[in-house]
Amino acid sequence: MSHLVLQALCKKYHQFVAVAETSLQIKEAEFISLLGPSGCGKTTTLQMIAGFTEPTSGRVLLNGADLTPLDPNRRGLGMVFQSYALFPHMTVADNVSFGLEMRKVSAPERTKRVADALELVGLSDFRHRYPVQMSGGQQQRVALARALVIRPPVLLLDEPLSNLDAKLREDMQEELLRIQRSLGTTTVMVTHDQSEAMAMSDRIVVMDHGRVEQVGAPEDVYAAPASDFVARFLGRMNMLDATISLSSGAALLNIAGYTLAAPDTMTEGPVRVSIRPEMLFLADEGVPGTIGRRAFHGAFWVCEVITAAGPVSFIHPNTGRPAPHTGAAVRLGIRPAGMTLVPAAAVII
Amino acid sequence: MTRTMPHGGLGWVWIGPATLLFLGVMIVPLIMTFLLTFYSWSSTAGIVVGFSWANWAEVLGDPYFFTVLWRTLHYSTLATLIVLVVGVPEAIIIARMSKRWRGFCLLAIVGPLLVSVVARTLGWTLLFGGANGLVNQLLMQLGLIRYPLPFMFTSTGTIIALAHVLMPMMVLSVSASIQKINPQIENAARSLGAPYHVVMRRIILPQILPGILSGTLIVFAMAASSFATPAIIGGRRLKVATTLIYDEFTNTLNWPLGAVIAVLLLVGLLAIFVGCNALMARRDQGGAR
Repeated sequence: MSHLVLQALCKKYHQFVAVAETSLQIKEAEFISLLGPSGCGKTTTLQMIAGFTEPTSGRVLLNGADLTPLDPNRRGLGMVFQSYALFPHMTVADNVSFGLEMRKVSAPERTKRVADALELVGLSDFRHRYPVQMSGGQQQRVALARALVIRPPVLLLDEPLSNLDAKLREDMQEELLRIQRSLGTTTVMVTHDQSEAMAMSDRIVVMDHGRVEQVGAPEDVYAAPASDFVARFLGRMNMLDATISLSSGAALLNIAGYTLAAPDTMTEGPVRVSIRPEMLFLADEGVPGTIGRRAFHGAFWVCEVITAAGPVSFIHPNTGRPAPHTGAAVRLGIRPAGMTLVPAAAVII
Repeated sequence: MTRTMPHGGLGWVWIGPATLLFLGVMIVPLIMTFLLTFYSWSSTAGIVVGFSWANWAEVLGDPYFFTVLWRTLHYSTLATLIVLVVGVPEAIIIARMSKRWRGFCLLAIVGPLLVSVVARTLGWTLLFGGANGLVNQLLMQLGLIRYPLPFMFTSTGTIIALAHVLMPMMVLSVSASIQKINPQIENAARSLGAPYHVVMRRIILPQILPGILSGTLIVFAMAASSFATPAIIGGRRLKVATTLIYDEFTNTLNWPLGAVIAVLLLVGLLAIFVGCNALMARRDQGGAR
């Protein structure tokens, strides 16, 4: 039996559909991310789970019990907010203790559990500080401790890391994951950052315009995106127009003047080719073109190559040989199994 | 030399006019008023420059003046209490309205500030002024009352009118501090299991307390130093400090005596202000420990 279940959950504002009927089964101790651009309905979905937004229809079930009619304070779910939402007039210890007070936990046990929670997030020495006296990363940890100290069955994270700078965000990703794994708390995170979602989640739910586009393990969704939107949203994706021709029974694929063998199942005609940038490499044989813009990322370059089929981006690893300069003529090889072919007719439909 | 001079010299040029204005219309009159309290006065000789404690002795020794000052304190305290009890919930309710209604309600609250206090106070006269007041007429015609409600020239009327006139100050002050609250904080408290009334008492109220305190101070000070409302509603019989000062200065022409009462009013208000500030500072210090 699934732990947390969304049953045809739907939210409409007059004519506007914020979240179309969404169903999702989340297993115990699973880390799930709702991923999508702003306005895709991911935050509304989280708000409906938390109880801050009333669904137009559908239900939220926890261990088979219907949470939908309950007020947020009766659901017992832990939540970390984008702005952390710490109580500014209370010390760190009082912030963390608040949820326990609401549960009428005795004072001695409260002290112990607050100390444990603060130790878990590495803030034991900060218990008497006020939120204004702490950095963003520290406030984030307090918010996490405050949500976890009540031992919630489900932890809801609303863009928890988006207010942190890049380096701190990576550290916090690891930290958050370590804590989540050690406690085994079922976690639903909302984020617009695809790399964050892929790095942390057991499964990701890609959403757009209030609809779920695809659900799956990050590797699977990345390797086999269900739609153009998912392909473009998760990492980069080159989409090129090419043609298939048949010659003495074998199918040949022609991309911008470069011919290679295609699967025999293909029929003659135009096709759409999807290739990830990391599946392309500099080679003696391959798609011809000239280098356009290039950007250095430390571990690799992202280069744009202008080909007859349009611009293509590829990743050149920084492993000794620098990337060619703008204007250089190059050929791009394609790694086997690095591309997906869809007949162009299918794309049009 | 020319590098440092313009800076040092220009600084005084910039703040000079403000300083002169402040000295001219604030400090000098205050000192003159204070000195005036030691001059003597008689109905035949008028004001005589000199030094005597006679005026102070007269004010502090006569129970009449004590009654007036006590009445001032009584009116301002009760008016402030009414404003607190009505104004704070009003500000909280307005903060929870939809944007359009909030704008409209704030306008309705602030709007009266554009009208003179005299006009707003006279409004009460139109409603309750003896048997001709609109409300009194209506209630009498409906047979609900046989005699006009006593409002004009009563303490109750003055206090209600004071509260009405000063209400916007409290609502604005509290609204400003509510707007500074992060709206997610309330949701955070809810998610931690706090029912609505606990969120209000433990999360919202402590955060808007500075706004409530400053609103209380402003309302109290304005109530204690208000003139038009107690003069019109309270009338000549129910004198407060300001109307008494006015009478001493313009009718009796006993300026030194009026000055003593003015200084007493000022010192009393200052003491309350300083005391409240010290309280707030201590609370803030406790908060930053």
